[in-house]
Amino acid sequence: MAENLNIEVSPISRVEGHGDLVIDMKNKKVEKLMLRIPESPRFFEAMLVGRNWTEPSHITSRICGICSVAHTYASIKATEAALGVKINDQILKLRKLIFHHECVQSNTLHVYFLAAPDFLGAGSVFPLVQTNPEIVNIALRLKKMANDMVRIIGGRAIHPITTVVGGFTKLPAEQEMYQMRDMLKSAYPDLEASLKFFKTLKLPEFKRETEYISITDNKEYALYDGKIKSSDGWIIDGKDYLTKIKENVVEHSTGKHCRASRDSYMVGALSRFNNNYDKLSDNAKTFAEELGLKAPCYNTFMINFAQFVEIVHSIDDSIKLIDDLMQSGLDENKAMVNVKPKAGRGVGVVEAPRGLLIHDYTYNDEGKVTKANLIIPTNMNYANVEKDMADYLPLVINKSEDEITLAMEMLIRAYDPCISCSTHFLNVKLNK
Amino acid sequence: MSKPKVGIFGLTGCGGCQLEILNLEDQLIDLVSAIDIVHFTEAITEYSDNYDIALVEGSVTTKHDIERLEHIGKIAKIIVAIGACACSGGLNCLKNLYGVEKAKELVYGDKKDWIDTVETKPIDAYVKVDYYARGCPPARAEIVDIVKSLIVGKIPEIPNYPVCIECKRLGNTCLYEFGIVCMGPIARAGCDARCPSAKSGCVACRGFIDDPNINAQKDILAKYNLTVEDIMEKFNLYNACKKDKNEQKTK
Repeated sequence: MAENLNIEVSPISRVEGHGDLVIDMKNKKVEKLMLRIPESPRFFEAMLVGRNWTEPSHITSRICGICSVAHTYASIKATEAALGVKINDQILKLRKLIFHHECVQSNTLHVYFLAAPDFLGAGSVFPLVQTNPEIVNIALRLKKMANDMVRIIGGRAIHPITTVVGGFTKLPAEQEMYQMRDMLKSAYPDLEASLKFFKTLKLPEFKRETEYISITDNKEYALYDGKIKSSDGWIIDGKDYLTKIKENVVEHSTGKHCRASRDSYMVGALSRFNNNYDKLSDNAKTFAEELGLKAPCYNTFMINFAQFVEIVHSIDDSIKLIDDLMQSGLDENKAMVNVKPKAGRGVGVVEAPRGLLIHDYTYNDEGKVTKANLIIPTNMNYANVEKDMADYLPLVINKSEDEITLAMEMLIRAYDPCISCSTHFLNVKLNK
Repeated sequence: MSKPKVGIFGLTGCGGCQLEILNLEDQLIDLVSAIDIVHFTEAITEYSDNYDIALVEGSVTTKHDIERLEHIGKIAKIIVAIGACACSGGLNCLKNLYGVEKAKELVYGDKKDWIDTVETKPIDAYVKVDYYARGCPPARAEIVDIVKSLIVGKIPEIPNYPVCIECKRLGNTCLYEFGIVCMGPIARAGCDARCPSAKSGCVACRGFIDDPNINAQKDILAKYNLTVEDIMEKFNLYNACKKDKNEQKTK
């Protein structure tokens, strides 16, 4: 067994953004074990100040290319809360529909393209084109389906266009609604084939119970709307997030670390699964059972399977949403509601694919932003990642240095970090 | 003929342009067999510093970005700027508008001296750029076209006419008829007028055509009783770095 380790991977591959893995062990004593974040600070809080209420969703969409729909809607909900805008049922259903598919696109990208190669001994998805062509083609088809869904409703797959405060600038055509339904239905054989494939993968045995935080809803598996729930036993309205979530500066990271009830907590697919398992579609529950995924699950590596189960659920729920909407058909007159700027503060809370996402805006009576706070899911995971790393290292310490490095990279990758999203600071006075 | 070696990089940006490459879906496998991607940290673990062509996303906003970009500039024979951030600085330039020191103070308070950040610039302020795949996000077809052109050794054709032409071709009703401000008359086409087609005004994320006829835009504004302030605000979403164009590197 190694007595000394000096591992630095800079940057880690197959994650979004720049993060470094650093492990320093001397004479069996761990001196440094961290996920160092040297990613550029983005300054979105400054860029929003002075902008007109029509603009923040367009600007904050550009925080992230993978979760642009999530940022767009956290932003829109914050503005609508501040301005007192009430949307109608058609708008809500269309929003939930597009929201499902950004999640499908992102989860597909992560599970098949970014994480799966590790389980097949490959450095990327590209060699899998030769060795596992069926699964690569499935991945490309699922991603295309999800991107097409977002494009049909949102106007574009990355940085949607039609999605604005008050509703949609343009609705899909009736024919497109049925086209989307067909696309969803034709995904099932690919889901079944994927299940067979995932069952052959051996995920590392690792268990570390932590606090799991996500949004929650009485009627459905919450992604777009809900209250904030903790597995440690509290539920609060989104606008009261500051009563429970605290951030602190850490020297080795341009992204802050977060605490709630304990020293760290987890957000993302596994938190959603643990908190809201009973709201998954029956089909999704069956898939989970086949994969040995039971709620509550404390194995970080199972985030990958939770993401796949969510893909199944989103496809099931999308078909229901389309059927609901097409009962009466789409009404052009209900595409947008009236919006009048006014002074106010509003908080928008959603589940981005990677976890809880909060935008908090204050407007003046001209409808211009005076202040903005953005709380990013990947930030919320950093402290938990490092605690997991500390618990996991002893389990792999007898392996070679290369194997230890890969094991730790896989642990970090399991969180599906979105690092360039996460480099923000809150300009809020912390309660002392 | 050996396949060109390509490196794909991201500086400060949202990763969306690199994602658009992965979003090529049906074309991705063909692309990967026509070129040799030797550096693409977002998707591939192994990497090599031996590439002929560099596709670069993101603008330069930190000293670290400058170092990385200059390193790429020493290796690559051809550099393609992908997306608005790399091509013109993009939305990241709003930080310059707000004021870099002010922004550091607002967001980081007493920790501001820990922060590495400089005035945002497009990549051609630091390295010679051979081709631009503009837009936020860029058009996938244009990225593919540029790469194909580089493989066969021809110059890619980038439109130098306004978005209005594409709108007309699609039979769209002009957004000004709905009272929606649109920069189509001076914005560079190549995106299939996707925003006006979705009934949302063009914000010139691909920048302007060469020698835009600013006066024509003003005539349209006057016709619809719109103010220049509205346009200037839209103008600065993606083009706030434009003033520094005279320091563009030619070699």
